[in-house]
Amino acid sequence: MKTQAAFSNRFQSFSERNSNLLRLLAVFVIVFAFFAITKQGAFLKPETFASMAVQLPEYSILALGVALTLISGGIDLSVVGIANLAGILMALFLSTAATDAAPDAVPLYIAGAAAIGFLVGLSCGAFNGLLVSRFRIPPILATMGTMQIFTGLAIVITEGKSVSGLVPAYEHGINSALFGWLPVPLLMFIACAAWVSFVLNKTNYGQKLYMLGTNEKAAAFSGIHTNTVLMKTYIYSGLLAIVASLIMMGRNASAKADTGSSYTLQCVLICVLGGVKTEGGFGKVSGIVVAVLILQTISTGLNLFREINNFYRGLIWGAVLVAVLIANCIIEQKEQAKLMKKLSMEEAAEA
Amino acid sequence: MEHSGDIILKAEKIVKSFGGVHALKGVDLEIRRGEIHCLAGENGCGKSTLIKIISGDYVADSGSVTLNGTRYTKLTPIESIGEGVQVIYQDFAVFPNLTVMENIAATQTLMEHKKTVNWKHYREIAQEAVSKIGFSIDFDERVENLSVANKQLVAISRALLMSAKLIIMDEPTTALTKKEVAALFKIIKNLQASGISILFVSHKMDEVYEICDRLTVFRNGENVITTDIKEVDQKKFAYYMTGREFKQEQYTCAHPGETVLEVQDLGLPGAYEDISFCVRKGDIYGITGLLGSGRTELALSLFGMLRAKTGRILIGGKQARIHSVADAQKYGIGYVPEDRATEALFLPQSIENNMIVSVLDSYTDKNGVYHAGALRRLAEEWRESLHIKIRRLSDPVSSLSGGNQQKVVLAKWLASDLRVLILNGPTVGVDIGSKYDIHQILRDLAAQGIAIIMISDDLSELLPNCNRMMIMRGGRTVCEMDTSSTTEREVANIISDTAARC
Repeated sequence: MKTQAAFSNRFQSFSERNSNLLRLLAVFVIVFAFFAITKQGAFLKPETFASMAVQLPEYSILALGVALTLISGGIDLSVVGIANLAGILMALFLSTAATDAAPDAVPLYIAGAAAIGFLVGLSCGAFNGLLVSRFRIPPILATMGTMQIFTGLAIVITEGKSVSGLVPAYEHGINSALFGWLPVPLLMFIACAAWVSFVLNKTNYGQKLYMLGTNEKAAAFSGIHTNTVLMKTYIYSGLLAIVASLIMMGRNASAKADTGSSYTLQCVLICVLGGVKTEGGFGKVSGIVVAVLILQTISTGLNLFREINNFYRGLIWGAVLVAVLIANCIIEQKEQAKLMKKLSMEEAAEA
Repeated sequence: MEHSGDIILKAEKIVKSFGGVHALKGVDLEIRRGEIHCLAGENGCGKSTLIKIISGDYVADSGSVTLNGTRYTKLTPIESIGEGVQVIYQDFAVFPNLTVMENIAATQTLMEHKKTVNWKHYREIAQEAVSKIGFSIDFDERVENLSVANKQLVAISRALLMSAKLIIMDEPTTALTKKEVAALFKIIKNLQASGISILFVSHKMDEVYEICDRLTVFRNGENVITTDIKEVDQKKFAYYMTGREFKQEQYTCAHPGETVLEVQDLGLPGAYEDISFCVRKGDIYGITGLLGSGRTELALSLFGMLRAKTGRILIGGKQARIHSVADAQKYGIGYVPEDRATEALFLPQSIENNMIVSVLDSYTDKNGVYHAGALRRLAEEWRESLHIKIRRLSDPVSSLSGGNQQKVVLAKWLASDLRVLILNGPTVGVDIGSKYDIHQILRDLAAQGIAIIMISDDLSELLPNCNRMMIMRGGRTVCEMDTSSTTEREVANIISDTAARC
């Protein structure tokens, strides 16, 4: 009896702390059930889940970076630009230098390409960070500008053409699955999500990021080097974009200046749906992961409806984003009211 | 019995609950025409709830509000404004990005249902409003560039345009200097002379005595007393508000220890120059002066937010290089800022996160991972020792009262290895009970050997709680003195009189 009460108490406090996550899981179950019922066999088959598992990692990893910048009170709209610029430079390196390489030297070339990629991610992220911290440019404008710069550079370099002819070993590696069932891209997403979660929950930087995102002035008055934290945040976002870029390059067997142009909106949508507050200071990886599952299920499920062709995609994502923003606003107001009521009831009980 | 025409507002048996909580348990309030009536009480006593009922923002569960002889049980905001009630809120509800003229005239033209803007008309309206309280101001200045006092005057001018009969001022002097308060009081007196009633909501006793005719005190949503102000002395007043008796003796430091902080000829052009003073173990050192006297800039320089151009700062006898807040923290200097909500606290974050933010680095290992368990224990300790009334450390700081919030700010610094604590307005917006608690905490800290610097406008706070103090004017020290050998009046004279010295 006593343990049961303790358990229900613990459950209550868990559900209080994770109300957003539970709500998201409920949405996921509903969405999943909807397609399972309406499309049945066509939806509930292994191939569907296999394709979902390789489709979702690239934009989800980008979303993790965007989430970090949102928590800092900013935003990074340039992640797709960074990924494409780096992708093109990596692809150029592999297609020119590595094609004639000896088989046992190929891994070295791949490592070299990745190094180039991460260097690009680091520089682009640092550039964003500099604009946002040192020059105090509103992040939405700063990264909108750099998005154009990075994409523009990529277009100039390639003259708009796609760069293909990578080493087959690389394509093969990205498109394979560990133990035969765990696709490499998904594994990379899991690793990135675990890393971001660790950074946010356990590290000094993560704690400072939450505080900075809540109130930058108070952060400065508390001795936090706000510019350093911001720099780090945009660099992390840039580096995560490179991981996404590695997947995109391998899956497409090429790199192009305009790959994944719809991902920017999708990333913001995932973050907002996942409970990352656009005004900064709040957001968890668990929410983002469930949000990814929801969106990928909707995306895959809608593909099964012949009537809804690809032209609808942008319209649907935009509508979902606006709907989620409205829902968040209403939920927040309700929770605020609930909290106030609870607090004042306790005060009354004390009196 | 008075004639009902002399009563502008009569609130009777007002009950208002939120959820299961009774914010007001049947309170009465009566305001006569042309009187300045003070409504006092601690935070959470129901003052603001009653104001919102009078302004029509909340509807009372039961009871009635009679305005100018008309009885309302469900008063709406429009009816309230129509009866001549105007509320000047603490944040003044002005539009910071618009000009003075636009702020004053906007509501009026809205009421006239004008679709287009006639700038000449705007200017006439603004002119008329401002002349009513005899204050001169640049109409084309943006309101965000005005001082707090001038913002307030803009809000008052706007209220007068709406042919106000009763102006409710919610803690109007919170952010004003003595001089500005005096100017405001003159205006209030003039309004009174023209037959307007004022409901003055405040818990600053000296001001209440200076301006008000009658006093109503609330405690826990109930009437405690309504009386002529002459009938109550300060002690009784504090007792009515809190239900507690306070005795605060003059702080003295019989055996000061070694010098902790010494400032030599410190200067920052445009802010202050030639500032020298020292603070010893056991000292509570007061700094006062008008806004713009350089006192805040001086404090910010000691804390590394600004960098002094000339002079030296010595900590424990050694020259200190304080170029950033992190530097200041290394030397054990903590700073409680002027504006709690924007500079000191992360309002929606948990109480625990707010407390530990300044010590995070010293609880972080070389991999950048912080020690969550140790930090939680630390937060628990400070919650205990500062008697912060909270439910859980994970609740947002915004759920606390002003007094408890300020204790969280203190905890934030006490958690670190503190040698010097600088407080800029230590008890602004804090109720009397918590104010007393905070003063007691500061005395205890001083006794433990932490050098305390207290910056304040409020002389009734500064004098009893400091053993030494400095008065600044125009960026210079005009006077340094023992607080035991002076009076509030003397200090006030030195602060504002450009010729006075001591």
